[in-house]
Amino acid sequence: MAKITLSKLQHSYYADPQEPKDYALKNINLDWDDGGAYALLGPSGCGKSTLLNIISGLLTPTHGQVLFDDKNVTQLTPAERNIAQVFQFPVIYDTMSVFDNLAFPLRNRGVKEKVLKARVHEIAKMLEITNLLKIRGSRLSPDNKQKVSMGRGLVREDVNIVMFDEPLTVIDPHLKWKLRSKLKELHQKVRATMIYVTHDQTEALTFADQVVVMQDGDIVQIGTPVELFERPAHTFVGHFIGSPGMNILPCEINNGAAFFNGKKIQLEGPIKPDIEGTAEIGIRPEFISLSKSGIEAKVRKVADVGRHKIVEAMLGDTRISVIVEGELPAQGSSVYLNFQPNQTRIYHDGWIASEQKR
Amino acid sequence: MKTINQKAWLFVIPVLLLVAFNALIPIMTVVNYSVQETFGNNLFFWQGLDWFEQLLNSERFYSALGRQFLFTGTILAIEIPLGVIIALAMPRKGFWVPVCLVLMALPMLIPWNVVGAMWNIFTLPDIGLLGYFINNVLGIEYNMTQSPVAAWVTIIAMDVWHWTSLVVLLSYAGLVSIPDAFYQAAKIDGASNFAIFRYIQLPKMKRVLTIAILLRFMDSFNIYTEPFVLTGGGPGNSTTLLSIDLVKIALGQFDLGPAAAMSLIYFAITLLVSWLFYTLMTKDDEPKRGDRI
Amino acid sequence: MKKRSLIPIIYILFLMLPIYWLIAMSFKTTGEILSGFSLFPQNWTFENYKVIFTDPTWYRGYINSIIYVTLNTIITVTVALPAAYAFSRYRFLGDKQLFFWLLTNRMAPTAIFALPFFQLYSAVGLFDTHIAVALAHTLFNVPLAVWILEGFMSGVPKELDETAYVDGYSFPKFFGKIFLPTIASGVGVTAFFAFMFSWVELLLAKTLTAVAAKPIAATMTKTASSAGYELGLLAAAGALTIIPGAIVIYFVRNYIARGFALGRV
Repeated sequence: MAKITLSKLQHSYYADPQEPKDYALKNINLDWDDGGAYALLGPSGCGKSTLLNIISGLLTPTHGQVLFDDKNVTQLTPAERNIAQVFQFPVIYDTMSVFDNLAFPLRNRGVKEKVLKARVHEIAKMLEITNLLKIRGSRLSPDNKQKVSMGRGLVREDVNIVMFDEPLTVIDPHLKWKLRSKLKELHQKVRATMIYVTHDQTEALTFADQVVVMQDGDIVQIGTPVELFERPAHTFVGHFIGSPGMNILPCEINNGAAFFNGKKIQLEGPIKPDIEGTAEIGIRPEFISLSKSGIEAKVRKVADVGRHKIVEAMLGDTRISVIVEGELPAQGSSVYLNFQPNQTRIYHDGWIASEQKR
Repeated sequence: MKTINQKAWLFVIPVLLLVAFNALIPIMTVVNYSVQETFGNNLFFWQGLDWFEQLLNSERFYSALGRQFLFTGTILAIEIPLGVIIALAMPRKGFWVPVCLVLMALPMLIPWNVVGAMWNIFTLPDIGLLGYFINNVLGIEYNMTQSPVAAWVTIIAMDVWHWTSLVVLLSYAGLVSIPDAFYQAAKIDGASNFAIFRYIQLPKMKRVLTIAILLRFMDSFNIYTEPFVLTGGGPGNSTTLLSIDLVKIALGQFDLGPAAAMSLIYFAITLLVSWLFYTLMTKDDEPKRGDRI
Repeated sequence: MKKRSLIPIIYILFLMLPIYWLIAMSFKTTGEILSGFSLFPQNWTFENYKVIFTDPTWYRGYINSIIYVTLNTIITVTVALPAAYAFSRYRFLGDKQLFFWLLTNRMAPTAIFALPFFQLYSAVGLFDTHIAVALAHTLFNVPLAVWILEGFMSGVPKELDETAYVDGYSFPKFFGKIFLPTIASGVGVTAFFAFMFSWVELLLAKTLTAVAAKPIAATMTKTASSAGYELGLLAAAGALTIIPGAIVIYFVRNYIARGFALGRV
């Protein structure tokens, strides 16, 4: 296990990149602590798989370095880096038994049969596939295949890092949940550094201690699931995480105060200096409540999604979502919205521009 | 799961009629010949299983069969590994891929007698490119009309030239169907190049290689035109493969009965070997969906 | 350049040498060929090609070959399509046995079948017609075509058929408008194989024809014996037989890599 440092990473798939848009990764600086559980979250094409393949050594970055425990490994092959990776689609050696599949990475490194046997059984037990050990790889169902792929990733005790590249894509929904909690449990057992790449916020938030959100080849925010949810550093994160995403309202900044339709809005704290003119207010649907007085809005649609109810209202031309408990207002009626001040933030050019009160 | 539907027979009827017309009637004729004796003029006499008995006791049949197995075995032993090696060495993508494939497929598209004729003029000792080179540059005496060894080397070289590309194309198609993730996973698992070949590439090529081996076996067992044009079965009888011998008997001596009996015997051999091989190779194939665990 | 790309390069050179020699000879006069070894034609001549393009016994050979090969390709693909569909989608009484029996026809020794074929096609009055050769060649082409197409069709999920029926397509409409385009590359590869094996076969083609439908390959062998040893002319005729195959393969070049996997791998 090791601490992993990414320093000034840039990568382009073109031989001769000119503009920033030619780069799949723009400028990545990041530290992954030893033994942490990380998630790399972002929409398709944001560069997260590129980043993963650079860490594992399947790709060599155009610029920048990858350091394992401060040792430069940028030019090393995946085998030399001693890492493990689980792919989106299960990779199984069809002609081998499950046991041989799990033993393969150990055998290639000359581990003694006795040690290897114990380790394979241990991993099989963790993944609950002990009963499958003698079965040929080709006979497995997709979810068992993926379990075996994961097992191959976890079987070496000395790996620097284990990476998962959207490993649950091919798994049926009812098994997804099971495998996901299994992974979390495994991380606690083996204490290896793990990076989990996904575009699914639930997977990322349940698995990781720290989530790295990426967009267009850049890191937008790094934080715990709670931080990402409560205080997104960028409107993109606000949109991407949460369901429905954060509400974004246009506003005017005047002398350090925010005005929406001429009405002053209470914020979490002071606005960063030098910000004047147009900006945006960000507030999550969870932190808006309906009451007798406040900002008036027209109810456009109501929806009961089971756990809670969502009211979609129009504030002038701006659509706003509110999560309510209890009674639902009628469609077309007027409601009054109250924003919880300590959860109301200002965004300027997409980035957060208000500070929390100390 | 496939549905059971007897009406599917309707779809098969055209094929059935066509192949029955082409296969059943001639094969009945051949069976008919094989139990009769003829002296021409469409006069036939019942002969029973005499021809079969005679054949199975004749040295001529066994030596032709032996030569046939030697030929088929040799070309399979050369073409299959060579084809796989070439397919492995081919680039996976890029401009050169279609160029290579088209050039490689070219020999397969040349009429068989032209192939024979081409190799004939290619290997003529004094005016053929290869013949001239071996005799006058390497200084090795090489004349396939005189030396059985030279004749054998030449027909084998010709078949390798003619058909290795089929193995290359089939293996290559198997190789490009392997997703990148398999190679990446193998790299991460620390697999050697041999392990990648043994556990990833070879299993994925198994199906296409089975097809390649079957096709090459069936076709080389029936080979006639190319060696006939090239060597005429000579010198002596040294390159008289089964089909050449058959035609010699059937048309040369007009012994239709023995020729028919002989062709039935070796039809049976081809059938048996192909069936055994096919069953063996598909024995532990991918299970049906329902059997997955 | 990587070292391993030498392997395909050397192999292709090996393939091209005999072809080069054939083409080089076709530009030599027979006199030059027989007078001794020369790597390149010393006196370039187009005389051999001129003979072929002006003498009807020569160029009709090409036309005949192309006619029966095209006919064979059409017949093969047309009858193989429904059969392959049945094998890939349904189970029916005797399906496995039937499939294997079809394949056995590829193992039939053509050499001995020639005579019965001659009698058969004479009896039905088709001797020396293009259609006779085209039909005879289905003997080995149809089994292969069914085999290839079945592989491709099995690669298409059954849900496609079901969705189309739910959407109100009739079977023929579904087959023509949805299914065929889906397996287009399979049809292309099948047609390629049918063309190839029909084009290169000589024994049956020669046996079933005399004058009217005589294939080019047969013209070559007859000329070889009657007109003495006209090597230059034969080389030119041989070189010209490569062209149709080269054209066909150019059209399917992009399917080759995938298509040769015969559908499912």
